[in-house]
Amino acid sequence: MARMKFLADAERCIECNGCVTACKQEHEIPWGVNRRRVVTLNDGVPGEKSISVACMHCSDAPCMAVCPVDCFYQTSEGVVLHDKDLCIGCGYCFYACPFGAPQFPQDGAFGLRGKMDKCTFCAGGPEADHSQAEFRKYGRNRLAEGKLPACAEMCATKALLGGDADVISNIYRDRVLKRGKGSEVWGWGTAYGRPEKQQPAPQPGSKS
Amino acid sequence: MRRALLVAAAIGLALGAAGCGERTSVTVYKQGKYQGKPDSLPWANDAFKGDKLAWEKAIRARNGGQNEYARSTPTAN
Repeated sequence: MARMKFLADAERCIECNGCVTACKQEHEIPWGVNRRRVVTLNDGVPGEKSISVACMHCSDAPCMAVCPVDCFYQTSEGVVLHDKDLCIGCGYCFYACPFGAPQFPQDGAFGLRGKMDKCTFCAGGPEADHSQAEFRKYGRNRLAEGKLPACAEMCATKALLGGDADVISNIYRDRVLKRGKGSEVWGWGTAYGRPEKQQPAPQPGSKS
Repeated sequence: MRRALLVAAAIGLALGAAGCGERTSVTVYKQGKYQGKPDSLPWANDAFKGDKLAWEKAIRARNGGQNEYARSTPTAN
């Protein structure tokens, strides 16, 4: 079974925010809630890099672990979803998420914090597929239409890939091999640093 | 009398020492179980009528469509 993931290619992202707009438009997201956003490092400096960030649908999701009402679940495709009828809007998931994905709509005179809203990988939620209730609470269910998330499919440069983890990894690997660079801008080494170059061991008797 | 005082002091000392004992205070997380409404499978709807293979085929086609190297055919110029 497919394991749905997103992959952002910083070499290709041109910070057009097309993914953000596609998401907003597809699900009619209210003002103030951003399920997806583009983050730019070294903004304005030559060589700046941008990536599109939303819920990454973690295999071992910390939001699921900290939720006091256990409103999260993972579908058979690996998409992390939640039941808004159960959510109490406590915000624990926001603190637990390393990507800042959970969003909380603020409404009313006192800016009341509403129920959590986040990227659904365009997979709707625990309501009847394509129903009014599903659209109102979670947005459109493209996955049930046999389509991939709108953000990835709308991406003009295909910097944002979404879909089966194995397939999009292969696409990215193929891309890196063809252009001869890019593996250094995304991955374990970038996220957690590279080991320092090993210095050759000093020979006995040599000057240090 | 003296013996009783000694016994009381020993008991007091033992209780006092026990009070200074340290217990582990690490919270062990227990995996919770989803408490919400059940969700249907993405192919269990009118569009796919429960045909999982058809759904997977549609998703695979969309997945592959993201690879423009595979979409374009190089011409010999």
